[in-house]
Amino acid sequence: MNFQQIILTLQNFWAEQKCVVVQPYDVEKGAGTLNPMTFLRSIGPEPWNVAYVEPSRRPADGRYGENPNRLYQHHQFQVIMKPSPDNIQELYLESLKRLGVDPLEHDIRFVEDNWEHPGLGAWGLGWEVWLDGMEVTQFTYFQQVGGIETNPVAVEITYGLERLASYIQAKENVFELEWVDGITYGDVFLQPEYEHSKYTFETSDVPMLFQLFNTYEEEARKTMDQNLVFPAYDYVLKCSHTFNLLDARGAISVTERTGYITRVRNLSRQIAATYLAEREKLGFPMLKKGDV
Amino acid sequence: MTRDLLLEIGMEEVPARFLRSSMDQLKDRVMKWLSEARIEFGEVEAYATPRRIAVLIHQVAEKQQDINEEVKGPSRKIALDDSGNWSKAALGFARSQGVDPEQFYFKELGGVEYIYANKSSAGVETASVLSEGLMHCISSMNFPKNMRWGAYDFKFVRPIRWMVALFGTDIIPLEICGVAASNVTRGHRFLGQETVVSEPTEYVAKLREQFVVADLAEREQLILAQINALADEKQWKIAIKEDLLEEVLFLVEYPNVLFGTFDPSFLEIPQEVLITSMREHQRYFPVLDASGQLLPFFVTVRNGNRHAIDTVAKGNEKVLRARLSDAKFFYDEDQNFPIADALAKLETIVFHEELGTVGDKVRRIRAISDKLAARMQADADTSKLVSRTADICKFDLVTQMVYEFPELQGVMGEDYARKAGEPVQVAAAINEHYQPRFSGDHSPASLIGAIVSIADKMDTIVGCFSIGIIPTGSADPYALRRQAAGIVQIILDHKLPINLTELFDMAMDIHGSAQLLKRNRDEIRIDLCDFFALRVKNVFTDKVRYDVVDAVMASGYDHLVSVVARGTQLMKIVSEQSDFKVTVESFNRVSNLATKADSLEIIASKFVESVEHDLFNQHQAVHAKYHEALQAGDMAAALEQLSGLQDAITAYFDKVMVMAEDADVRANRLAQLHAIAEDLKLFADFSKIVWA
Repeated sequence: MNFQQIILTLQNFWAEQKCVVVQPYDVEKGAGTLNPMTFLRSIGPEPWNVAYVEPSRRPADGRYGENPNRLYQHHQFQVIMKPSPDNIQELYLESLKRLGVDPLEHDIRFVEDNWEHPGLGAWGLGWEVWLDGMEVTQFTYFQQVGGIETNPVAVEITYGLERLASYIQAKENVFELEWVDGITYGDVFLQPEYEHSKYTFETSDVPMLFQLFNTYEEEARKTMDQNLVFPAYDYVLKCSHTFNLLDARGAISVTERTGYITRVRNLSRQIAATYLAEREKLGFPMLKKGDV
Repeated sequence: MTRDLLLEIGMEEVPARFLRSSMDQLKDRVMKWLSEARIEFGEVEAYATPRRIAVLIHQVAEKQQDINEEVKGPSRKIALDDSGNWSKAALGFARSQGVDPEQFYFKELGGVEYIYANKSSAGVETASVLSEGLMHCISSMNFPKNMRWGAYDFKFVRPIRWMVALFGTDIIPLEICGVAASNVTRGHRFLGQETVVSEPTEYVAKLREQFVVADLAEREQLILAQINALADEKQWKIAIKEDLLEEVLFLVEYPNVLFGTFDPSFLEIPQEVLITSMREHQRYFPVLDASGQLLPFFVTVRNGNRHAIDTVAKGNEKVLRARLSDAKFFYDEDQNFPIADALAKLETIVFHEELGTVGDKVRRIRAISDKLAARMQADADTSKLVSRTADICKFDLVTQMVYEFPELQGVMGEDYARKAGEPVQVAAAINEHYQPRFSGDHSPASLIGAIVSIADKMDTIVGCFSIGIIPTGSADPYALRRQAAGIVQIILDHKLPINLTELFDMAMDIHGSAQLLKRNRDEIRIDLCDFFALRVKNVFTDKVRYDVVDAVMASGYDHLVSVVARGTQLMKIVSEQSDFKVTVESFNRVSNLATKADSLEIIASKFVESVEHDLFNQHQAVHAKYHEALQAGDMAAALEQLSGLQDAITAYFDKVMVMAEDADVRANRLAQLHAIAEDLKLFADFSKIVWA
């Protein structure tokens, strides 16, 4: 099964489970969780089921395209279901079967792994899913998002697509994965991997990045003061990515690090609270009648 | 009449580290509730797998025991008001016991009359209270980490997905978060199916049919037997670390052991790194040859049968290959990172907001180490090695390998330092300075390691105490107790002739000159003394009785080698010599009277009785030898000298009335006793010894 088929299979499967299939969000981010379709929509009483691919940028993981496993940008397939269905584990295992992973031929385990994102004021409990010892999925019941207790609880399933594909296609090197017949992952992503790594570690303009961080932060704050949650959140994402670039460059000392994370967290918390208030003003439109 | 009782809570995979305690908790709660509900029961068994905890209770009575007891209320005086009616207190008692005041009667107890009542109620059918009781047991469970799920307002360790609750063949009605109890349990997630448990004692056998080994001992045996068989077949030594075995035990319902291999070229990486990577990341058991050398194999336990086990092995090999490639990458990169650059990076890492960076800490370790080396009269070469070790003891903290595996701090430092051409003693001491890493671990083998280890730990303790971080209860975020115990252990193992307070002062001097002493120095010293006293006491545990420990510690524990030798010797004599009690009684008489002494001057010409001269002479004879023995640390000889005073003391008290009328004579006698008491006090406060 090529990379593209894996994505299409997962999309179809979760669409069958009544998930809204949306497209990747167009602002840089480190993980699918930061997508507003997850971060914001996990908050509040409204039911919400969504699935999407998220290209996720982790500047510090860039390796100039030379490491067979580490990437500046990798792909996650993200599923959110709120409230978490009672048979969510069975649904997940069913999705693996669709990808040709027969549990009787393998060793599939749910190994405790709790998730925390200080920058988002978010945490949850769950597992990493092991496929013959390889972590292929992160499975989390969100307990708090943006500093707000989740109620009902959303469950998040994050498939690591490259890892899953390397297993399914029995490839050692991510760049040798088949994206689609005749075209490899490397054909599509090797050059950007190299260039982004070079930019991140060698040529990025550090003073400009610091300035951008401050500018984005200020804009986020001003926008939030207007109760414009979504545009404000875009600027928080930009802050977060800028911080990641600076951090990867080694431009932020350990002491300062905490300070920057706190700044992003404060913004996230404020946005989460505003989002909840704005949805309430709208009467939580996605709640079905009698669902309160 | 009895029936068996089964309660199984089926969940999504529970974290391995919580399973055993969760199982015990369920068992304890159910047993406690049954006892409180006056329901008799027989043997109790408990089970746990990743997806379930269960308790099976044999021979549970079908009926509660009847209550028939006499309860005692307030005294007659309080129970009746002035007009002879029941007082508020009496009525309150009636209410709280659920009895009618009409039934009160009076009975005398110790000359006072009290009201009494007979409380009785017939026991009800167990079946009628089980639902409520078991619901209470489940909902009152608590875990180190709780979670919510779905839209339920309920917290548990992981979501509950099914329950089996049986009293005999009857299903006990229970419902939690949309899950109703039944007699249907679930087998292995992939190999098994749902199955009916028609009565409790079938539980284990029914699950086994569905590829679940519910019994812990049986599952552990299965794992160990397979590992041992593999080891025998391949002539391997498979290193089974207990905590890993415990974790694996709770990661599988149906264990099957398999092995895989990795490229031998990875064996260039230090063995500790490979083992840590296999254990921590993958939960694999490492494989060694007869001589303890790591072999390029690993052993893991599948949660399943042996079908397609080669696929599973190949998959695991692939993962390990990626892991070890990472480790190799870190190892190579780290060696291209000069120690000097690593040290520079320590300046940017905060040790503690108020105590500066790790770079600052390293400078303090160096300063304390140098003082300590000088105090130990280390030769010039050793002193140089101590300084170098102190300077670079933390450099590996900023290597990629230690970032990835924090538990390899020191181990990597030693390896990298040796490769970078540091003296072998320095390399070894970098690793040693973290020792003892846990209770029961070795002290640093070398004096260099011992000195830097003490300096590092003392710096942390004094730093924390000076900014008010003092361990209380279970809160000890910087593991100061372990570090203090480590210092005590090192001083004793190396028999270092140094006082604890000297160490406190060395560390406080350094902190003081860096303006880091945020509290009064004397207060810090008092806190430190109290803190270390408990660590010193722990050294004696099991070997020396607590009262003997108290006795010798009352004479000071500043010099650890001395206090331990005194305690050990005193314990020996107390347990071996039955007449030592008499000796101690004579000592105590001396010490008690000595507290009344005003003048310390002994004038031999003022002695009246010959026994006074005798005691004086005897003490003169003992005094010098006693001090010599104390100096030499020969506590057997020291105590023998003191015991040599006993006859003279006994004779003295037979003849002499110490509190004589004549003030001069009295003062002279008290001074004499005071001088002896002072010597006794150097060994122990003998009055603290408790005699059977």
